[in-house]
Amino acid sequence: MIALSVKTRASEVVRPAGRTPTQLFWRRLRRNRTAMFGLYVLALLYTSALFAGFLAPYSYDNAVNELSFHPPMLTTIKFFDEQGRPSRPFVYGTTQTDPQLATYQVDESRRYPIRFFVRGDSYHVLWIVKSNIHLFGVDPPARIFLLGADKFGQDVLSRILYGGQVSLSIGIVGIFISTIIGLIVGGAAGYFGGAIDFISMRAVEVLLALPGIYFILILRQLFGSGLSSTQIYVIIVIILAFIGWATEARVIRGLVLSLKENDYVVAARALGFTHWRIIVRHILPNTLSFVIVTATLSVPVYILSEVALSFLGVGIQEPEASWGNMLTAAQNARILRDFPWMLIPGVFIFVAVMAWNFLGDGLRDAADPRTLS
Amino acid sequence: MWTFLIRRLLAAIPLIIVVSFITKALLVMSPGNYLDNLRLNPTISREYLASMERLYHLDSNNIFERYWYWLWPALRGDFGYSFTKTMPVWTLIGERVLNTLLLTGSAMAFSWTLAIPLGTLAAVYRNRWPDKLIGLLSFFGLSIPSVFFSLVMVLFAAKTGLFPPGGIHNQALWTSMTGWEKLIDTLWHLVLPMIVLGTIGMAQYVRQMRSEMIETLSRDYIRTARAKGLSWWRVVSKHAMGNAINPLVTLFGLSLATLLSGALLTEFVFGWPGLGNLIFDALSAKDEPLVMASVVMLVFMLIVGSLIADLLLGAIDPRIRVE
Repeated sequence: MIALSVKTRASEVVRPAGRTPTQLFWRRLRRNRTAMFGLYVLALLYTSALFAGFLAPYSYDNAVNELSFHPPMLTTIKFFDEQGRPSRPFVYGTTQTDPQLATYQVDESRRYPIRFFVRGDSYHVLWIVKSNIHLFGVDPPARIFLLGADKFGQDVLSRILYGGQVSLSIGIVGIFISTIIGLIVGGAAGYFGGAIDFISMRAVEVLLALPGIYFILILRQLFGSGLSSTQIYVIIVIILAFIGWATEARVIRGLVLSLKENDYVVAARALGFTHWRIIVRHILPNTLSFVIVTATLSVPVYILSEVALSFLGVGIQEPEASWGNMLTAAQNARILRDFPWMLIPGVFIFVAVMAWNFLGDGLRDAADPRTLS
Repeated sequence: MWTFLIRRLLAAIPLIIVVSFITKALLVMSPGNYLDNLRLNPTISREYLASMERLYHLDSNNIFERYWYWLWPALRGDFGYSFTKTMPVWTLIGERVLNTLLLTGSAMAFSWTLAIPLGTLAAVYRNRWPDKLIGLLSFFGLSIPSVFFSLVMVLFAAKTGLFPPGGIHNQALWTSMTGWEKLIDTLWHLVLPMIVLGTIGMAQYVRQMRSEMIETLSRDYIRTARAKGLSWWRVVSKHAMGNAINPLVTLFGLSLATLLSGALLTEFVFGWPGLGNLIFDALSAKDEPLVMASVVMLVFMLIVGSLIADLLLGAIDPRIRVE
């Protein structure tokens, strides 16, 4: 009842015309064009990964061996027919001329109009609703490979969309877990000091001294091989979070050390609040802007670690797609030269990492009042 | 200074022991060992495998026992023989260290020689087009994944034929080359991986240099120097540069630590016979002595790097005394 009455009274207080720090923060962020650009790009990438099943014309493992390394069709879509009249967008059929070299010849006698909302491979919308309607496609037996096909004749675009589900989510899930661990350990170490502080900070030092990618590989070995893709996904998240919390914890500890000297913490203690409540309700919220900024800037590290593991062949395994394991195909210089579209997943990694960096930089500038000049 | 050095090196000992213990424990706990591959070979007798198992102490799964079998000879300088290559581990590592140092060292030189002038330029032309261009370049370097960048470079080499697409030297002609040709051939192979690593490294330093320079240029003594009638160029190069570089010295020392560790993916893509590939292969084959020695070396480099960073800062900045 007391809390309620305080609230009522507080709402009656006439606010000064100024804005709250949060409003100022958002205003500064919205004014930052590169940061907003990053935010929009990320929204687009994550939405398309979420609806990969619908947007992708095929399933990630729908393979046609006869169409191995079929070139991209994005640039060969025709909007005009032979007489130059505008027509419904269509593509020409192709026939393989040499299965060894994977060369194809356009067959202008066969025309396949691009249709929308076609039925195809079944998938689940948001893992719940089963469906088989795809945004676009061509009538079988033809296939549409907007970004080309890989060695097994699987559509690169579809695999990129499905791979995004893995590669993009691992960053967020990983950073979420390691931030929580970092907050708990850093908060406790800074607040209590003494033995807790000593032990946890020695652990942080050891983790930071371990040689990055090699240590990830050693940890990966611990779980052996022959695992399902879901298991590997969970393992990668665990490994990255296990290593990643150290940096967070160290910084949060430093912040808590200075915050706990504030009057409001002393007041909270005098009121007899529990340590847990003081840490969670009074101290940690003050580190929030900082935590959000560091977390955003660390997401690329997680994305790139998954890419590295899958690229080296110890991460997500075929036929499941991830942006890292798709790049493995480009490891062969001859394949890379003849079928450069195998590099396209790398462009997506690049764009995603860049967008996260743009957003992180913008958040940092917006959170730091010193940049208000 | 000597007491400082000795104290820091002594403090490193527990760190190395803990890290090596964790590594050994993980190796012991992970399923399978080096002999698994040999077991698949029917021509190798059971007795031989059993004797190998005893010789390599792979028969016990007790972490402490296994660690002791490694630690005791290691303390006396004997890090053992590689399982896969049956050579002393340091000989193997020694062969690769030079290759890796050639790559990472030249990449580091590349990034620093570009980062300092570019960062200064960006600060001097703050918010004008040179700054924006350099900012874009550094964002590019910060964001591009080294795997992707390396693959793009290999594609470039394969398409144009201007550069070799991988390796450290021309295997076919190597033995018939004269000294000069060998040098030029190696440098030719070095260009692309160096650009990849150098650009990525440069991106971080440029941003740091720019912000330090902006900070320095806003100081009073810069205005005084200008008021004295010194040219803008002279003020920037003589008065501002030295002070702005100061904090970057720490960064430089820390980057020394990554000289031996930071290039696995680039080495992998370019087929560069460096430490990264050696350690990766050792891990895949569960070549325990080789992994252990590499980890110890990498941790040692990290410690030495931060030590050098402190010493350099003490040598350059008269306000800081290394005690």
